[in-house]
Amino acid sequence: MEINVAEEQTESQNGAIDAAISIRDLKKTFDGRDFVMNGLSLEIPRGKITVLIGYSGTGKSVLLRHILGLLQPTSGSIRILGQEITGMNQREITKLRNRFGMLFQYAALFDDMTALENVMFPLREHRRSLSHQERVKIARERLKESGLDEKHYGKLPSEMSGGMRKRVGLARALALDPEILVYDEPTTGLDPVLTEMVDNLILSTHNQRHGTTSVVVSHDLYAAFRIADYVAMLDSGRVLLHGTPQEFLDSDIDLVKRFVAKGVRKELQVQSGSNDKV
Amino acid sequence: MNRESMRSNTGGFASWYMRARARFNRAFDGFFLWWAAQFRGFVFEVGEISRFGIEGFRLFLSRPFRWSELITHMEFIGNKSVGIIIMSGFFTGVALAYQLYLGFKIVNATSLVGPTVGMGVTRELGPVLTGLIVAARAGGAMTARLGSMRVSEQIDALEVMGVNPIQYLVSPRLVAAIVVMPLLTGIFDFAAMFGCWLICIKLLGMDEAAFFERTYMWVQPFHINEGLFKAAVFGLFFAVICTHRGYNAKGGAEGVGTATNRGVVLSMVLVIVSDFFLTSFINAFYVVFGMQSWR
Repeated sequence: MEINVAEEQTESQNGAIDAAISIRDLKKTFDGRDFVMNGLSLEIPRGKITVLIGYSGTGKSVLLRHILGLLQPTSGSIRILGQEITGMNQREITKLRNRFGMLFQYAALFDDMTALENVMFPLREHRRSLSHQERVKIARERLKESGLDEKHYGKLPSEMSGGMRKRVGLARALALDPEILVYDEPTTGLDPVLTEMVDNLILSTHNQRHGTTSVVVSHDLYAAFRIADYVAMLDSGRVLLHGTPQEFLDSDIDLVKRFVAKGVRKELQVQSGSNDKV
Repeated sequence: MNRESMRSNTGGFASWYMRARARFNRAFDGFFLWWAAQFRGFVFEVGEISRFGIEGFRLFLSRPFRWSELITHMEFIGNKSVGIIIMSGFFTGVALAYQLYLGFKIVNATSLVGPTVGMGVTRELGPVLTGLIVAARAGGAMTARLGSMRVSEQIDALEVMGVNPIQYLVSPRLVAAIVVMPLLTGIFDFAAMFGCWLICIKLLGMDEAAFFERTYMWVQPFHINEGLFKAAVFGLFFAVICTHRGYNAKGGAEGVGTATNRGVVLSMVLVIVSDFFLTSFINAFYVVFGMQSWR
């Protein structure tokens, strides 16, 4: 019953949305019995920030890996920027991935490269016609855009703080001017100050780059409401609810209400904790 | 004993016998099923590692070519192993020459020390010890590096950036190991023969002319080539196994440690076991082409 409500809400938007990512009836099983993705349908609008939330084990990461072409679905359709990626060969998927940028949970920087070299890496791989100086110039611009101080450009990841690593990770994700930016749990495990910094970074990056579609996978409900144009909640491999943050707050779906209540309680705890410290 | 109690005793024994037989059958089945499962697992793993290696070589020959990575890994596997190889080779030669000298002295044949060390080192000890040392040093480092990249999502990051991680990380390491291992073995052989010469001529006072004359006569170029060929094969084995273990590492720091341990142990065991089969294969080749009699 709850799922029907969610489907109706998703359907109601399909007509109006210009989708950057369109997923239809996605099913995925690894062992042939249990379905991790259970007929999931979702339209992610172009030029907006969509936050995917849900409890652990509801299929957020598996969905993300499908969107990035790292997993092939058992059945269903995934269209990215108008191209059907199911059944694409490796070369075509690699070409499409050049239009993606991704910020990993722990930034996933190459630990034998400096901040500048990390950002230059995608340019070195995919913009071979550029000279070394041009690559350096672009990398410096991206690092500046993501707010990293110039004195840290020569540092290795092991010499950087968590926040600095996130900034470098974001700069690397932006290196090729992607049309879709994917953030995998960007604020998980960070303190409230750093969480707010990363949220602001996502927002400012999105605002500076008009037309870029941002997909954020998160557990952090408060952050989701701060940055999201749309929120999609996943449960048991399906979309339980897809709508604006306000629609999400007004929802009568029991699981959504519980998730919101827990998120608000956690946020209040975090705020009271930080007030105590002050 | 009346008929009733006899039946009861017989029935008790029969029932015990049936139970014992069933237990034995289960244990017997279990033993073979366990071995069958182990064998099946082994065959699957060999298949998977082989496929991984073939994919690595295939991608090395496809664009974009990874020459700079190849040079980097050749420098890491080769240059950085030279010191330890020279030291190991030198002392292997010294120890082996001294032991053989003590043995040959009994039969008054000390002039055979040089050629015996020469043949033993170039054909067996050189490639095998170089294989073991480099598998432990560079192989362990390969597994740990790829494993830590896997668990910290750096390999996923490569894939998302449209870079084939096998081509970027694995292929250059495989080729580098195969190219560099014969060179290191050559250095090992030279260091061992130098150690042998030093102890025989300078310390034990043997006749230098006899030493060189016998060594030149006995140790043929194809013996050296045999060792170099073996070294390349050992390089292939340890590089494929160690990169495969690291690439598929799971479960954080502990997983990387386990992968490194297993990668290095399996590589070293494989170097020793495969040495026998390679020796047999090479001798069969010599026999077929008339370079050596069959025994």
